Amino acid sequence: MIKAILIFNNHGKPRLSKFYEHYSEDTEQQIIRETFHLVSKRDENVCNFLEGGMLIDGSDNKLIYRHYATLYFVFCVDSSESELGILDLIQVFVETLDKCFENVCELDLIFHVDKVHNILAEMVMGGMVLETNMNEIITQVDAQNKMEKSETFIFQSPRQDR
Amino acid sequence: MPAVSKGDGMRGLAVFISDIRNCKSKEAEIKRINKELANIRSKFKGDKALDGYSKKKYVCKLLFIFLLGHDIDFGHMEAVNLLSSNKYTEKQIGYLFISVLVNSNSDLIRLINNAIKNDLSSRNPTFMNLALHCIANVGSREMAEAFAADVPRILVAGDTMDSVKQSAALCLLRLNRTSPDLIPMGEWTSRVVHLLNDQHLGVVTAATSLIITLAQKNPDDFKTSVSLAVARLSRIVTSASTDLQDYTYYFVAAPWLSVKLLRLLQCYPPPEDAAIRGRLTECLETILNKAQEPPKSKKVQHSNAKNAVLFEAISLIIHHDSEPTLLVRACNQLGQFLQHRETNLRYLALESMCTLASSEFSHEAVKTHIETVINALKTERDVSVRQRAVDLLYAMCDRSNAKQIVAEMLSYLETADYSIREEIVLKVAILAEKYAVEYTWYVDTILNLIRIAGDYVSEEVWYRVIQIVINRDDVQGYAAKTVFEALQAPACHENLVKVGGYILGEFGNLIAGDPRSSPLIQFNLLHSKFHLCSVPTRALLLSAYVKFINLFPEVKGTIQEVLRSDSQLRNADVELQQRAVEYLRLSCIASTDILATVLEEMPPFPERESSILAKLKKKKGSGTVSDVEDTRKERNTNVNGSTDHTTATTNTKPSPSSFVSDLLAAAPPPTNRPRPVPSSSILHMPLSPLSPQAYAVHSAAPLTPFYQVTSSPSSDLLGLGNSSAVNSGSPPAASNAASLLVDVFSESLPVAPLGTASAPIIEENFSRFVCKNNGVLYENQLLQIGLKSEFRQNLGRMYVFYGNKTSTQFLNFSASVVCHEPLNAQLNVHTKTADPVVDGGAQLQQILNIECLSDFVEAPVLNINFRYGGSVQNIAVRLPVTLNKFFQPTEMMSQDFFQRWKQLSDPQQEVQKIFKAKHSMDTEITKAKIIGFGTALLDGVDPNPSNFVGAGVIHTKTIQVGCLLRLEPNTQAQMYRLTLRTSRGSVSQRLCDLLSEQF
Repeated sequence: MIKAILIFNNHGKPRLSKFYEHYSEDTEQQIIRETFHLVSKRDENVCNFLEGGMLIDGSDNKLIYRHYATLYFVFCVDSSESELGILDLIQVFVETLDKCFENVCELDLIFHVDKVHNILAEMVMGGMVLETNMNEIITQVDAQNKMEKSETFIFQSPRQDR
Repeated sequence: MPAVSKGDGMRGLAVFISDIRNCKSKEAEIKRINKELANIRSKFKGDKALDGYSKKKYVCKLLFIFLLGHDIDFGHMEAVNLLSSNKYTEKQIGYLFISVLVNSNSDLIRLINNAIKNDLSSRNPTFMNLALHCIANVGSREMAEAFAADVPRILVAGDTMDSVKQSAALCLLRLNRTSPDLIPMGEWTSRVVHLLNDQHLGVVTAATSLIITLAQKNPDDFKTSVSLAVARLSRIVTSASTDLQDYTYYFVAAPWLSVKLLRLLQCYPPPEDAAIRGRLTECLETILNKAQEPPKSKKVQHSNAKNAVLFEAISLIIHHDSEPTLLVRACNQLGQFLQHRETNLRYLALESMCTLASSEFSHEAVKTHIETVINALKTERDVSVRQRAVDLLYAMCDRSNAKQIVAEMLSYLETADYSIREEIVLKVAILAEKYAVEYTWYVDTILNLIRIAGDYVSEEVWYRVIQIVINRDDVQGYAAKTVFEALQAPACHENLVKVGGYILGEFGNLIAGDPRSSPLIQFNLLHSKFHLCSVPTRALLLSAYVKFINLFPEVKGTIQEVLRSDSQLRNADVELQQRAVEYLRLSCIASTDILATVLEEMPPFPERESSILAKLKKKKGSGTVSDVEDTRKERNTNVNGSTDHTTATTNTKPSPSSFVSDLLAAAPPPTNRPRPVPSSSILHMPLSPLSPQAYAVHSAAPLTPFYQVTSSPSSDLLGLGNSSAVNSGSPPAASNAASLLVDVFSESLPVAPLGTASAPIIEENFSRFVCKNNGVLYENQLLQIGLKSEFRQNLGRMYVFYGNKTSTQFLNFSASVVCHEPLNAQLNVHTKTADPVVDGGAQLQQILNIECLSDFVEAPVLNINFRYGGSVQNIAVRLPVTLNKFFQPTEMMSQDFFQRWKQLSDPQQEVQKIFKAKHSMDTEITKAKIIGFGTALLDGVDPNPSNFVGAGVIHTKTIQVGCLLRLEPNTQAQMYRLTLRTSRGSVSQRLCDLLSEQF
């Protein structure tokens, strides 16, 4: 099971956090900090797996991560997940983001945090992998955007709002 | 065309985020956030109803603020209101807010549930998906209660859209995890299995995840999934990569689904049906073959996906552990990966090999890679990989390579990362103990360990080395010499001083003959470290000093001088001061005899599970390392839940018993000497390595009667030692001790109910225990029962060790003691309930507290029940609690003996038996048996020197029975005549029956 999905930048600023088990807000922030600390001190070219931190329950936790330019994508998983499978899932996630945002960059994640959550929700649900087929995911996201557009167009013209 | 164009979105949100990002300081950021929170709060509270768009914008702002680590304490109600909107955008942002921010026990759950219910019944797939996501993400109990019926119905309904089916499967999985009791299995279960045949691979993937979890809990209900999974896997593996279109990932066909299917198959033993089994073997071979083919793409994603499937296939092969050819291929494949340039693959290969090492078919094959693994330990740049290398070395270690592996781990320890040092220390300590052939090597290793990584050597490690040195006579001299030499180093770690102090205090005399380690030199050496040590260590050293006074009368003056100095007698630390005062006083007033008794060498420790192993298990969450065979079992449990079917492959390897059973098996247990005479063990030095609290033992004890110095229960091994005070002639202490023991009894649980025995009672080893207290009581292919017991007066304590000889767990394990009429009125046996699970290769200890109320004939029965594999095992063993166990030996002169002999001349009081010798009539053996029987052996009493005469008192709660015995061998006729006289005829009869069986 996937316990948490975290994205933060090279300075440890969180860009997305999604927990599939309940923690207090404080603990969540601590987990993010601890994870950043564990991951950021690792060299490039070492392996993408490491023993999990102390804060998340369960002794068989692993952190599986990838580092893309300015962002770390970290999945905290238990031993029921295949390490390489999760590594590929991160890749699918990033490729999907890239398709949806067209050359995704850190700013897209900042300004469209709701969209990122929606895309993630198409892939992972309650800590389990829901869909791995990128085309399927993008079709779903497209459909949502269409609905959103039609609603926005009819009901609201976004001007002068603050 | 990008799915999200960058132009649209919420301008207000963008401006706010930009503002935050432009903040120069943390204070400015907080100020800006507070301003925004105030703004949103006023908007929410304001009279003007907000439109959906504004609500959405504000919720997004709150999400952003939350992500920055600020608490959000409002807005929940607004989010819940968004749920009931019929606009997708609003509904969606409401659900997002709730799944990120709402706690599972929020007050709003009822409102949320209402909204979800509406959406689930809306028949709009998008809304249904949103609702199912919300249930899965929150996963609270209330939600499980509310939707336990709906979700399975949606999952198996014929008209449900694929995407909704996917969500419903995972939603059900989540609810099953959080509240399994609320999800009833029903007619939907069989239909879930058939989802494995679904057209849509996304549905199959989600369903497989669900089935894995359900099958772990109810393997029988989902057995049919095996054949379907094999069929599906076979179709994927043999398909051309283009057949599966979108589910082909970088030229690999449906890698995630393959991985899941292979995991599902790990919940079950190899298929019984030969056709299915053949098809599966074919799949696994194909996967292994593909690994050797040239890659279809240079991209790392291609090899990742391919290898994800390959590693899972190898896991399945290891799990089945039944096809030697596949196992060999798996091992070779992993061997290749060990040297692969991809770090990830080296990491995973080391990890998989750890489980392979515990397969009996491949343990030897794994061992051939030892050089590569050691090299990895030395050269890998990545600590994660080095850690795996340590784990694998630990798993592949056995007697043949222990020296090499331990040496490598020790040398790695000097440069190891701080984060894993303690674990390596524990592992080295365990391996050194488990595979020690010479105990000198063991002692050297542990001392090295302390030298190299003293700070990481936990208490357990040095307790353990002391336990072993005390229990093994043959290593004591060597240990004393070695610590003496190690202490010569100008700077030694405090743990070394502790070990040194303890060992020299006990066995310093063994090296005192050498002028280079004369008593004074030993003392000066220890004392030179004293001032650098912490209080607990100093306390230990003081105890060592007082032991020196006993060992070496010639240094008494020097030591008294030290004890008398102000820095000791007036030490600010109460513990040190008290020890100094008491030891000084003890050394002044006690005669040499009393000193020798009080400061006698520590008795051997009871055998028990290595405390280090326990610690390592605790540290690693009961499993990831532990024993070699445990590792495998653990993994099975983690992945599959069920381990029952691994039974076929166990048993031939020597069980990975801890040192405990090694001791039991290999050498005569050092504790097997005659029971200590009660008066001997008043002050077994209070630095017992069993209990750290022993340091503090006597802080509350009164000063004057010296023998109470350490009368705290923790200073004695079994806690029974307190009764020793009885014989020292101190009535108050005696009653204290008695009441303490009574407390022990009153705390324990009552004896198990009568009449649970159904198996035939096994008595074959019973008579072997009449004259001894320790040994193996019972053994079959599954279980070994060992005993260690100690008796004092009318009380006894028996340690029963249940060793699981298989690699599979015993479940529902229970062991109870039954005393039938009339024994239940004569003997109290109190058991603590045993742990219901005994892991494969593990040993479970149960303590029985026994109280003898009056004399008795029958013996209690130990009933053991457990589930092994599919069947319930039922074993009943006669427990060797016999009347003679409650003997106290009595020494007496010839005159006394005959006087009493005459007093017991009533015909009922004497029982005589003439019988043929069953064993050789060796005088020494006979003597040992009579002492083991519990009486004192009286020399020079009988006018005929070849006769044996013994005397003792049987203690029961109600009465004490004096006993005299006489054994007359006739070597020519190979006959014995045994005569017993006691004040009670029934006692005479029983003792005569028991003893006559022994010769």
